[in-house]
Amino acid sequence: MITLSHYIVFGAVLFCIAVAGLFINRKNVIVLLMAIELMLLAVNTNFVAFSRFLGDVSGQVFVFFILTVAAAESAIGLAILVLLFRNRDTINIAEIDDLKG
Amino acid sequence: MPNLTDLLILLPELYLTAAACLLLLLDAFIRPEQRNVLHWLSLAVVLVAIYLVVANQPPFPVTAYGGMFVRDGVAEILKVFALLCTALVFVYARPYLADRKLYVGEFYTLAIFATLGVMLLVSAGNLVMVYLGLELLTLSSYALVALNRDSAQSSEAAIKYFVLGALASGMLLYGMSMVYGATGTLALAQLHGAAAHTAMPNLLVFGLIFVIVGIGFKLGAAPFHMWIPDVYQGSPTAVTVFIGSAPKLAAFGMAYRLLETGLGDLAPHWQQMLAALAVLSLAIGNLVAIVQSNLKRLLAYSTISHMGYLLLGLVNAGPEGYAAAMFYAISYALMSTAAFGVILALARAGFECEEIDDFKGLNQRSPWLAFLMMLAMFSLAGVPPLFGFFAKLLVLQAAIHAGMLWLAIVGAVFAIVGLYYYLRVVKVMYFDKPVEGSEVRVQPDAGLRVLLSVNALVLLALGLYWGPLLGWCRAAFPG
Repeated sequence: MITLSHYIVFGAVLFCIAVAGLFINRKNVIVLLMAIELMLLAVNTNFVAFSRFLGDVSGQVFVFFILTVAAAESAIGLAILVLLFRNRDTINIAEIDDLKG
Repeated sequence: MPNLTDLLILLPELYLTAAACLLLLLDAFIRPEQRNVLHWLSLAVVLVAIYLVVANQPPFPVTAYGGMFVRDGVAEILKVFALLCTALVFVYARPYLADRKLYVGEFYTLAIFATLGVMLLVSAGNLVMVYLGLELLTLSSYALVALNRDSAQSSEAAIKYFVLGALASGMLLYGMSMVYGATGTLALAQLHGAAAHTAMPNLLVFGLIFVIVGIGFKLGAAPFHMWIPDVYQGSPTAVTVFIGSAPKLAAFGMAYRLLETGLGDLAPHWQQMLAALAVLSLAIGNLVAIVQSNLKRLLAYSTISHMGYLLLGLVNAGPEGYAAAMFYAISYALMSTAAFGVILALARAGFECEEIDDFKGLNQRSPWLAFLMMLAMFSLAGVPPLFGFFAKLLVLQAAIHAGMLWLAIVGAVFAIVGLYYYLRVVKVMYFDKPVEGSEVRVQPDAGLRVLLSVNALVLLALGLYWGPLLGWCRAAFPG
């Protein structure tokens, strides 16, 4: 029997993988975008699970909004990434360090 | 079903959406040398929006679309000042953008959409609306930061802003999902009642922590401030002035909606967390600002410390504290537009005027601008009788009345630390010799000169005569 806590733990694991991906990854900006998507999917899992177990549909509606905004977000993220590559010829995070102090 | 009343309540936002779309269309049809038409139209659009917000303001809070959208005093004040800041930004930015071939329609449309995001966010009555308003604001801001497409610095700032902003949204959403799971509702007003008797109080507090992290990111409070210095320094100054003003008002509005309207019953929990964020912001902001040589970066660290002061007001968790925090957000928005406005007035093609050394001996070259910059710096530092002083006084008072005397003492001590780096800018302008061979050319744009003078003098005027504004803020929080 799969209970609510299974889903919450699953969501938490996905979320942790995403956050770890954001902080540990030192190579590639595209991996960051993937980690961000994964994080939003963890949130969606949570919302759907809660919505199902509470018998309240509004959580599932929220998921649609999150999915839509996530699409817009990756569009902007990829556009910025293209700019970055055009200006610096690299998407290696370790080399993106002009601004500091 | 939406009816006419709902639409009328939403009128300013609907109008702004339609106007922004029309401006976007218009931009596709005009020739580049006619861009001034777009500039003046955008300005008119924003001013009409201010009129619509004020003119149809209902005497008591009303909601539209079943509580999704709230129109009350808090929303009114924040919207008026956010729109005002946007109008100021349009005027300040034009010469700077024109000098750098950035005088494009996107700037105006994106800024108006971002302001629309601010308006929806501060009027949110539901977690979905909070999220959508926030994303409209931040997605437009990412694009604005990357406005200068050929600058490596701009694109670096944009990608950093994007990644950290997306992380913050993710944290906020994760917190929202926990809050939803614990209470079973997304409406902020119902959350308030449901939070008291939830079956899963631990889940609720767990969600609250993530919500606070999200708010901390958006405010730019330490330890979630990493993006602020890079974004302030890397984006074109015309965009920095925007990011430093209207979104700060939005961040206050978001914190108020989520923490008071939604999770007000958990105040004892979040007061402690906000107090910790406030102390860290005050310390990191003020101490790191001391070693900066780039004025935009210095102002970025000063922002972090100012968000610490704003949090002092929120920590109070009562009408007095909210009014003080809102007053502080307004004062900060006006001070930062004035400070960045001076940088914009001195910048010209090929010269950014963003190093503190660029201001050496400004008083001998342009005494009036040096005076305006001095007003902005003294106000940011909180020197009486300027606006910033009373704003600081009110938040410190609110912290004391909340029984957190130690927090107020920390705030006062770091205000004195902060005085050092603001005074350094004033010293450089008034007592240093100008660099040999350098020249100062103030932008000849009349609108910029007049409004910048008014903006800085208002800091003095509101410092001497702050009663009505404070009264307006206090009336928005009837307790």
